[in-house]
Amino acid sequence: MSDDIWIIGTEMTPIRRHLDRDVLDLATEASLGALDDAGVTMRDMQVMAVGSQFEPFTFGQDVQKQIGQTGIPLYNVHNACATGATAVRSVLMEIKAGEADMGLALGVEKMTGSSPPYRMTAPKAGRVFEPEGRDGHVLATEGVLGTGQMFGVFAQTGTDYARRHGGVGFEQFAKVAEKNHAHSTLNPLAQYQRPYSLDEIMNAEMLAYPNTLPMSCPTGDGAAAVVLVSDAKLRTLDPDVRRRAVKLSAAVMTTDPYDPSGFAHPDVNTLTRNAADQAYERAGIGPEDLDLVELHDCFATAELVHYDNLRLCAPGGAGEWIDRRAPWRDGELPVNVSGGLISKGHPIGATGVANLYEVATHLRGEAGDRQIEGARVGLTHVIGLGSVCVVHILERAAT
Amino acid sequence: MTHTPTLTGQVPVVDYLVIDDGPPHLVGNRCDGCGAVYLERRNACAACGARTFSPARLPATGRIESFTIVHRGAPKHIGPFVSVLVQLDDGTFVKANLVGVPPEADALDFAVPVRLVTYTAGTDDGGMEAIAFGFVYDETTAPTQG
Repeated sequence: MSDDIWIIGTEMTPIRRHLDRDVLDLATEASLGALDDAGVTMRDMQVMAVGSQFEPFTFGQDVQKQIGQTGIPLYNVHNACATGATAVRSVLMEIKAGEADMGLALGVEKMTGSSPPYRMTAPKAGRVFEPEGRDGHVLATEGVLGTGQMFGVFAQTGTDYARRHGGVGFEQFAKVAEKNHAHSTLNPLAQYQRPYSLDEIMNAEMLAYPNTLPMSCPTGDGAAAVVLVSDAKLRTLDPDVRRRAVKLSAAVMTTDPYDPSGFAHPDVNTLTRNAADQAYERAGIGPEDLDLVELHDCFATAELVHYDNLRLCAPGGAGEWIDRRAPWRDGELPVNVSGGLISKGHPIGATGVANLYEVATHLRGEAGDRQIEGARVGLTHVIGLGSVCVVHILERAAT
Repeated sequence: MTHTPTLTGQVPVVDYLVIDDGPPHLVGNRCDGCGAVYLERRNACAACGARTFSPARLPATGRIESFTIVHRGAPKHIGPFVSVLVQLDDGTFVKANLVGVPPEADALDFAVPVRLVTYTAGTDDGGMEAIAFGFVYDETTAPTQG
């Protein structure tokens, strides 16, 4: 007996602009799919956590009203792009604490449709300058004092890496998107499923240099769920459930430690390095042991710097690593064979569960056309800007 | 920090920009415990936990750490702009626009130092001008003492 935690069921919806489905439809499909996959029901769940960045109030209880109201504890979770991963952690911690031996974690987001709640309000026309906030600003500072928008922030993270290390430029960042769009052609769940040439990517609309439109994650809707159990509980389940179980060998969450630059520009590197190093140590596994990685490529620049942060390439060598196609699905260490956020899509709350779905499906040997043959060990990574990072290491059942 | 419109009908776009006390400059809140500098009001220091701060006049020169050129979502009245993270000569980081250069990657160079400048970023209904700061390339400046 150990204190290991296992995934015994997982499901993910296709990521689309689901204009004809509401957020509860997506949540229900993923939740019931994960329960069915594990051969269990809501009656077996002793805890539930629901992650959504934009759904308000007691949204998780609204989901329970669709899939089963059994009176169990429930956590509603918001944690930026790490929302889904935080829901997983909430269930995992209840099990580790001995409060539950089986639970359901769901991540879901509906980002299309009328009046998306995540749009920032436009500044009022006609006004008198009055200082507001902790910096006493008298007008909107976006575009005046640089950018704080997501795609601009991650673009600057990329040019910072390029400044510090050789062999990194626009083309290396674009090659990341070329790879991920190629990978998603094999993934029926992906929002985009067509290849983009390097020329097409580099000549597309520039959002924020060096990230063009196909180098940036789209807006989409989707959900993913996992059923987690304790090691003791797993031993009581059917052999077929045990055979398909996937072990969470490490589950690490970090936030950004103080850095003098952090208030001016979010540092997404240090907390990722800290999370990766802790995860490798806890799992007793090194980057050289990994068979696939799903990392947080909200923009192509982000993926490139995380090759280095997750220790996948030589220090400072991320440009050279993509140049020699190491992270392609037929390369030394496949990265984002799902298509990643750039091509699979990035429904905020679902993302940190969808990456577990992807890696677990490969470790089970059930990934169809995109299967990485013989995969035994995988890593997932998400970043929520602000910041929070979650890294999981997953291993196929020994038997 | 107080935030005082000047007699000339100008107000700084943020309160850490001082425009009415000699050459325009930035003033941060320096932690009395560890010396960490913040550009906005803080209750306690994120680095050491100390709870008191003192004003610190910051140097006007520094170097570019990172940049992007924002096209999508740029405010319509501004258009594509160059966002830079600048490390000032005392080590303080500040984000702003790089001005006086075309918004093109080929025009940007990490090796050239920058210095702070100010300009009018907007005018309110009462005729008050909001004075913003940005950075320009400073090819003539020798390295400054922090």
